[in-house]
Amino acid sequence: MSVGGRLWQAVPPVIREHDTRLIVAILVVVSITYMLLGGLQAYLASESNLLNAMVNSMRFILLTAIAYALLTLALNLHWGYTGLFNIGIAGFMAVGAYATYILAAPPGGRPAPGLGLPVPVAILGGMVAAAIVGGIVALPALQLDADYFAIVTVGFSEIVRLSIQDSTFSGTVQDPNLDTYNVVNLFGAEFGTGGGRGIQAPIGPPTDVLFEGTTAVGQPLIDLGASYGIGQPVVTGMTYVVFLGILVLPAYYVVSQRLGNSPFGRVLKAIREDETVAQSLGKDTRWFKIKVFMLGAAMMGLAGILWRGRAGYINPQSFRPLITFYVFTALIIGGAGSNTGSVIGAIAFTSLLLNGPRRVAGVIDSAAGGLPSPSNFYVALSSLDPAMYAGYLVSEISALKFIFVGIVIVWLMQNRPEGMLGHRKEIASSIDLSERPETESGGGVAATDGGVSDE
Amino acid sequence: MGVTDNTTGRIRGYAARPAVVLLAFALGYLLVDLAAKLAGISVDPLGVHVLGGYVRVSSVVKYLFNGLILGLIIGLAGVGLSMTYSILSFANFAHGDYLTVGAFSGWAASYVVALFTLGLAEPFGEIFLLNVPSVVSIATSPAAVVVGLIVAATASVALVLLLDRLVYKPMRGRGGIPLLIASIGVALALRYTIVFVWSTNTRGVTAVGVESLPAYTLYVVDGSYSINLHEFTMIVAAVALMIGVHVLLQFTKLGKAMRAMADNKALAQVTGIPTERVIRATWIIGGGLAGMAGFLIILKRGVLSYNFGWRLLLFIFSGVILGGIGSVYGAIGGGIIIGIASRMALIWIPSGFARVAAFSVMILVLLFRPAGLFGGVTTA
Repeated sequence: MSVGGRLWQAVPPVIREHDTRLIVAILVVVSITYMLLGGLQAYLASESNLLNAMVNSMRFILLTAIAYALLTLALNLHWGYTGLFNIGIAGFMAVGAYATYILAAPPGGRPAPGLGLPVPVAILGGMVAAAIVGGIVALPALQLDADYFAIVTVGFSEIVRLSIQDSTFSGTVQDPNLDTYNVVNLFGAEFGTGGGRGIQAPIGPPTDVLFEGTTAVGQPLIDLGASYGIGQPVVTGMTYVVFLGILVLPAYYVVSQRLGNSPFGRVLKAIREDETVAQSLGKDTRWFKIKVFMLGAAMMGLAGILWRGRAGYINPQSFRPLITFYVFTALIIGGAGSNTGSVIGAIAFTSLLLNGPRRVAGVIDSAAGGLPSPSNFYVALSSLDPAMYAGYLVSEISALKFIFVGIVIVWLMQNRPEGMLGHRKEIASSIDLSERPETESGGGVAATDGGVSDE
Repeated sequence: MGVTDNTTGRIRGYAARPAVVLLAFALGYLLVDLAAKLAGISVDPLGVHVLGGYVRVSSVVKYLFNGLILGLIIGLAGVGLSMTYSILSFANFAHGDYLTVGAFSGWAASYVVALFTLGLAEPFGEIFLLNVPSVVSIATSPAAVVVGLIVAATASVALVLLLDRLVYKPMRGRGGIPLLIASIGVALALRYTIVFVWSTNTRGVTAVGVESLPAYTLYVVDGSYSINLHEFTMIVAAVALMIGVHVLLQFTKLGKAMRAMADNKALAQVTGIPTERVIRATWIIGGGLAGMAGFLIILKRGVLSYNFGWRLLLFIFSGVILGGIGSVYGAIGGGIIIGIASRMALIWIPSGFARVAAFSVMILVLLFRPAGLFGGVTTA
């Protein structure tokens, strides 16, 4: 048995056989690991406020993990369930977040004016915008092969990014008398994207309401944090992460799970396996594809708002195409088609690949008491000094991280294309036939079946 | 009689595809508008601007030439992409980064040569990492440029063969999507290996100025257009390479085998064509062309950054798709059309949207004519 298999068997069955418990257990392990790593790094750097650093480290990894889990769940609807190869995730996030910010930004605001609508309306508008755009982008999927569709979606996400980056619609020059006037005027509604300068709107974490003035909930939390030396930004940030973790993530999970088990979801899976069969059974597969694509796009848009748009400011850099490939990697790690796999894949990806190398490099750097930092590759290479090599590796950890991600993608596609949890059997019928009780005729067969499905 | 039947049949065919008619109408409008703009006529009935305006003939010539230069390079880079698509049946997302690898290895070699021919004073490390003032040009040190081009081809061929051995060969016959995803992983790993060695800095590499880079000025009606020696070199090299590919495909046994494989893999194998050897030849040609295209683009642009190939990839895809994915001649033709279209588009739209226009054309072609403009004959 492989090392992974042994580790898996070492997990108590109480946790192993229950998806929610498994996710929570992994989150707890990751949180504790990152608290320790953050604490260790702060201790080695001889910072005074250890607990603050520990909680902040935990807050950061949980925020990233949950954000990627939301996106991976949405992608799972497209790719895992329906087999729609969408690599325009960053584009849908950008559409959702930008629509929200343009709707919520105050008229005449800087750097770009908006419509000044209330934030909840704006968020709803952002999701609707992402869904509509998703519906339009899904049209090519009706007649194209998966690889052509991939190119269409990546082209779409570039079109979105280039359009919001350009100054033509940016709204940064608001004096109509100037030649460079670039506010978009749509039926009297004036707005702009902010171009490269980004856009601001009075949008913040919804949990910040708790901390306005001296409220019953917020003040005790701040006091509690302060008594352990944890600063207020960390406390408010952590509260937002808790909000995402106990409200938003379960909501996404439940929506995906219930959708997957519904008749609608079964048609989606049928499309993934063989579209002709689904059509011959009388299903208009085109509508199913468009609907699921709109839903997934809206979920990506909302994730973009809640994650990238949480601090009242966004710019085109927040929606780089790399995010798309990160989310894809997370889904491949977890196993396309499985919601639990999506969440676990997102946690594994963010904690081990995305942030792990940097954290570990930080700890190594502090532990070694400041490694030498060679100015470039040649200096490091020609020094023939292991310390210089280590120093260069640590200083270039951000590049190494991407190389790891690339290698992991290739390795997974070669050796385990179904991901970590992809080996689980998918129950096609509404009743779990694999757990049928022993009957008089096929008892032996049922027992072997049951034995297999336990894995 | 027969002719009329044919014509009415064709008209009925067009009527069945309103999108094609709409597209033709839009293109026709743009042509009329361009003619009016060149003539300086503006048509504004009731104060509404319908068409026309003013544009200098010389700027149109400039857009046309720039577009042609860009298009040749996209076409050259697209040949490899189209070949791998037709022989191995997957969209290779790492192709853009082959260009980057070719450019970095080629220019590093160029500067190492220039260290001797131009007697650079900087230490070897700085020269290898291209952290030096930009001094190389085809006029000051032709040897450096030639060696650079050869090294670019060799390095990228070696790299793609290694990648095929490590990544793609174990996955033969696994279907397009797993290979596509693996190629995304390869792209990431390649790009950041370059960052690991050469850092994310953007650097100038070719010398500028009249004494090191002569330019020829063409006088057109109301202005002038100047083309420099690097652009000229690039055009000559690109056209020569394209002719080479044509000869290879049409007049050699290898070319015939490749075309057979693109047409029907199983049949080719049954006929006794050594498919693995053909695949290797495909990688060698495609990778070599990509590396040289990368080197030549930088010769023209003058600046080198770690992600230029990735940024160009979608452009290359646009060209390949426009010409009909899988067809080599389509890739060349489509690349040239996309190049010219994206530059000519600047007459109507702001420069930030040139790429948007190219990508939109790509999506429209996929929607309405997925086989490409030239009918989608997959002749490798």
